[in-house]
Amino acid sequence: MRDNKLMNAMGSVGRRRDEELGPNSDIGNKLRALYGAVQEEGIPPKLLELLDRLDEAEQRAAKPPTD
Amino acid sequence: MTDQPPSFKHELLTTLPSLRAFAVSLCRRSDKADDLVQDTVMKAWAKQASFELGTNIKAWLFTILRNEFYSQMRKRGREVQDSDGVFTERLSVHPSQYGIMDLGDFKKALDRLPDDQREAIILIGASGFSYEEAAEICHCAVGTMKSRVSRARTRLQDLLQVTGESDYGPDAVSAQVTSGPNVR
Repeated sequence: MRDNKLMNAMGSVGRRRDEELGPNSDIGNKLRALYGAVQEEGIPPKLLELLDRLDEAEQRAAKPPTD
Repeated sequence: MTDQPPSFKHELLTTLPSLRAFAVSLCRRSDKADDLVQDTVMKAWAKQASFELGTNIKAWLFTILRNEFYSQMRKRGREVQDSDGVFTERLSVHPSQYGIMDLGDFKKALDRLPDDQREAIILIGASGFSYEEAAEICHCAVGTMKSRVSRARTRLQDLLQVTGESDYGPDAVSAQVTSGPNVR
């Protein structure tokens, strides 16, 4: 019981994760491992290029016309 | 539109890895997921005027992505749904990095959940949303979200227990392959 309290104090500062899926839970940990593995793959270059293009297009559009 | 908040792109970038992980869990394969994230980014970019900086961009983006996913599904029909092998296959490409060997079984169990339960348990358990936020993302009541998560948890527990020994199909094969040189 004391352990549970400790885990709660450590694990859920400012966050309302389902206690049942918290750091004590096998399912919770596996969910996060799976999710984390995909997250760590990073952002595909294609997407970064897209963002840059969107950004550029917008800045060009925002400039006052030259003539 | 000259007062473009410069941090929109930055905030978008910070959320992308998590958004993409959610997309993979919805699509169950990464190439489709990347297309979905790309469509979402374009939608979000076009709608950025309607987003208030300082509010929860993560929940906002997840909502757009989820709406986009289900509207594409409706258009295409359900034929796009993959069998549960694909994600597992893809995971087995780099199991060692994450100690993911036993996560293959877990992923299979996860894929067997109904869509609404799977997304619920992922949003709460992995993406780090509160029930209130997740309910908003999925356009349902908080109580509904709670019961979906709870049913998903129970179902996963059952599936994982059942899966333990008997359902070792492809894993047993790959285990044999990797430990093959036992033959003298």
